Amino acid sequence: MATSTSHELTFRDAIQKSLYEEMDKNADVFLIGEDIGRYEGTFKVTKGFFPKYGHRRVVDAPITEAGFAGIATGAAMAGLRPVVEFMTMSFSILALDQIINHSAKVHYMTNGEVKCPIVFRGPGGAAKQLSAQHSHSMEGWYAHVPGLKVICPATPADAYGLLKTAIADDNPVIFYENPGLYGVKGLVPDDPNYMVPLGKAQILREGKDISLIGYSRMTQVNLAAAELLAKDGIDAEVVDVRSLLPLDTETIYASVRKTHRAVVVYEDWRSGGFGAEIVSRIQEDCFDSLDAPVGRVGGLNVPMPYARVLELECIPDENDVVAMVRKLDF
Amino acid sequence: MANKVEENSLLTTAELEQYYREMLFIRHFEEKCNVAYRQGKAGGYMHVYIGMEALAVAFINSIRKGHDYVITAYRDHAHALMLGTDPVAVMAEIMGRSAGTAGGKGGSMHIYDPKNGFYGGWGIVGGHIPLGAGLAFAAKYRGEDRVTLNFMGDGASNQGVVFETLNMSGLWDLPCLYIVENNEFAMGTRLEYHAADMELWKRGQAFGIRSERIDGMDIIELKKNAQEAIDYVRNEGKPMWLEIMTYRFAGHGAADNDRQLYRTKEEEQKNFERDPVKRLATYLIENKIATVEKLDAIDADTHEQVERIYELADASPFPNKDEVYHNIYSDMTPEVGH
Ligand SMILES: Cc1ncc(C[n+]2csc(CCOP(=O)(O)OP(=O)(O)O)c2C)c(N)n1
Ligand SMILES: [Mg+2]
Repeated sequence: MATSTSHELTFRDAIQKSLYEEMDKNADVFLIGEDIGRYEGTFKVTKGFFPKYGHRRVVDAPITEAGFAGIATGAAMAGLRPVVEFMTMSFSILALDQIINHSAKVHYMTNGEVKCPIVFRGPGGAAKQLSAQHSHSMEGWYAHVPGLKVICPATPADAYGLLKTAIADDNPVIFYENPGLYGVKGLVPDDPNYMVPLGKAQILREGKDISLIGYSRMTQVNLAAAELLAKDGIDAEVVDVRSLLPLDTETIYASVRKTHRAVVVYEDWRSGGFGAEIVSRIQEDCFDSLDAPVGRVGGLNVPMPYARVLELECIPDENDVVAMVRKLDF
Repeated sequence: MANKVEENSLLTTAELEQYYREMLFIRHFEEKCNVAYRQGKAGGYMHVYIGMEALAVAFINSIRKGHDYVITAYRDHAHALMLGTDPVAVMAEIMGRSAGTAGGKGGSMHIYDPKNGFYGGWGIVGGHIPLGAGLAFAAKYRGEDRVTLNFMGDGASNQGVVFETLNMSGLWDLPCLYIVENNEFAMGTRLEYHAADMELWKRGQAFGIRSERIDGMDIIELKKNAQEAIDYVRNEGKPMWLEIMTYRFAGHGAADNDRQLYRTKEEEQKNFERDPVKRLATYLIENKIATVEKLDAIDADTHEQVERIYELADASPFPNKDEVYHNIYSDMTPEVGH
């Protein structure tokens, strides 16, 4: 996986590069979603695709999330490799039946006879003042479902490499792009064969005092929190989970066993969110290594409000993370 | 399409006999499934095709088996049998055995046989309709001349996702034949209580899709119409929407033990006279195509066949407990344990 050269790209451009390369590589890969072709996508991820590939491979779908998620699933059952874009993951709620009852179950219900190589991707989580119906972080709902894989990258390089792996995967993959990350820049390998395996967490910052565990944009928040904590002499380790299903508990546990303390951070509603699952696993399997209860920082349990001041109140930031670390007895 | 049986049917004697045999085979198979259910050898929800046999026989004999795609809901035994799925594997699946089509993981509602073009076997009413359109989408994408038969019930035709799919099918010219098996009931809800317009055949028209209503009890007429519809979809590369008039002779499922809650015995008697099996028998005898003895022999033969299938399926083992984790994913297992 070693790459010789790399270039700085935004998270958005990294996804674009990934999609271009996979479409060029495999004629079975096609894109389908609302306004992804002529309009170039709501968040402009598919800019340039329609002129290059045409309507056969860049399918502008009517506003019928369940319908086109289902059609894409059927196409995947017949061996194509659809990449479905939801304008926002909030709208994937309309397609839950197709994703969960159909896509996720067909492999099991056919006892392995039918594969369903499909990616459902799109912006998930709060953007900026899109309020209650456009700001869902529902990755935890999907990570609850056996048969799905759920990927939540935090960096451009991971967005690039994980999307490639997701498209090559023979199972349905939910690919979360926090809209707050689209403009984030980072080095992305030039190597078109670069792939990041699913189900591998990574340590983005080594530390010895506490593990800050998160995914997607919250990993960036944890990195910022670690900087703040460093000023106070607390050496935090940042664990970027990257993949919720499969979940790399090994890397998470190794970090906790080293630091003896952990805070899990996620943007989704605090109650019942995926972070609660991570906390539960840590206490089950690392209890003897813990010097303090496992802390949890989640989004406020409210529908996302519009006013910026209220919206910011809902989304965890580095100060919330630092406060939780403090609460754990430092 | 022709409304009347043509005096000079284009079907050969051999074909007519074959359809008679196939309809009877399905009927005996389904009767045996009911026995299995009563004996506790089949469980869950199980729905038989008695009274509707002509539909699967006519349509599936009009496609290129193994090349074309077929998908339906949970009332799915007949479709698999007609596609050439091993009947022992179908019965074993209904009995939850590892020799079943899905290793005992699907049951009666989820029979699959993709090698023969059968993509299930689905339990969310109306939910598989976009999947069928997706199979057709894939065929079109690859420039293949495959047709997809997308079966659903009259009740299913009310689901929102059906209309979404019809819109995209019309918009993108998907080579998909939608077949509404109108057996007049959605469980215990009669058509007139679930459809604002009982002429379900009209529903494709709003999307620019050729739409027709045809009889489903006279296999001779049905076979001709089915072939014409399939040829249209294949040759024109366009979808088509068909409402087929039939009747469910049995209860909704094996657990439906009081049909009088929603229909009278008199109504049933009247509809039993439409029986597609009896109707073909009468035609064959009146036109001296087959003798009573010949038809009796076919009856005894298919009956015997089904007995053998039942014995073989019943002799096959249940799944091993460790199989519970197999094939959730193609390449991994989720977190194990309770
Ligand atoms: C989404 C959904 N809602 C309700 C049910 C329960 N249910 C199973 S079959 C059925 C009736 C369907 O009738 P129809 O589509 O006419 O098919 P038929 O059983 O007559 O073949 C209902 C309500 C279901 N399986 N799925
Ligand atoms: Mg019905």
